[in-house]
Amino acid sequence: MRKFLAGITLAVGLSQANSAAAVTAQEILRGYETEALKLSASFKPSATRGENFFRSERSSAKGGKQGCFTCHTSDPRQAGMTRAHKVIEPLAPAVNPARFTDAAKVEKWFGRNCEDVLERSCSAAEKADFIQWLLSIH
Amino acid sequence: MKVTTLQTRRFLQFITLAIAAGVSGVLFAGDDEHDEILPLADNAKWRVECASCHALYHPALLPERSWRKMMSSLNQHFGENAKLDAATQKEITEFLAAHAADRSTNRRVQKIARSVPAGETPLRATDTAYFIHKHNEIRADIWQRKAIGSKSNCAACHAEAEKGNFDEHRIRIPR
Repeated sequence: MRKFLAGITLAVGLSQANSAAAVTAQEILRGYETEALKLSASFKPSATRGENFFRSERSSAKGGKQGCFTCHTSDPRQAGMTRAHKVIEPLAPAVNPARFTDAAKVEKWFGRNCEDVLERSCSAAEKADFIQWLLSIH
Repeated sequence: MKVTTLQTRRFLQFITLAIAAGVSGVLFAGDDEHDEILPLADNAKWRVECASCHALYHPALLPERSWRKMMSSLNQHFGENAKLDAATQKEITEFLAAHAADRSTNRRVQKIARSVPAGETPLRATDTAYFIHKHNEIRADIWQRKAIGSKSNCAACHAEAEKGNFDEHRIRIPR
């Protein structure tokens, strides 16, 4: 009984911890927008620029063309796959509501993937455009 | 009467020996099997961070020096950027180090550690002599099967790899 109660307490604690960290994709988008506005007062997130950002490809230093689609496929509603055969859940929040609900996780992956694919970090404006585009997909 | 007693005694000795052999046989067999289950160590961050791109690799698969080298070069992780924030990186490094092959008291794990020459720091568990020896009967074309794809895909054949279970009797090689 005591173990059971401890389990319940833990479960409740965990779910509270989760809900405390959870934000919406809109909130994350606003965060990047605010940051981008500091550099350019006329900035407005653009789904078109976001889509171009996702679809652009470049020659990798390792050889061959690469882009976001290399792992994420060219359709953000589809699941992708890492080079090590692990499934990547779809990017579009319409089909994967867990996307863009953890600000630290979003920063972690922009940080890694921008350096991998573009060999530089991405600007707040690029991140805002990209999320704006993904949110426009239904 | 005397003969009968001697025969009975011999018979009883035989039975005792047989039972002892049987029991120890079971124990040894059990030990062997249990031995292929790596000691279960756990860490929530390791479980999440180290399994977002690839299979979750148990710390007992490589020596401490290998984990430390790997964890200090995450921005160049097998050709990909896998950098972590400093706190997470430190926590996972210490977890991997504490449960590394050369820090274990488990006989099986000690064999993995001993298979790595002192001057070498492999970054792939599949490069250890232990792994190579254990998989020497697997033909090249088997590794390339669609359901396997790579030597790093432990769970393709060892269903409970993430739980540290590499028991030989539980191996199922996909067609």
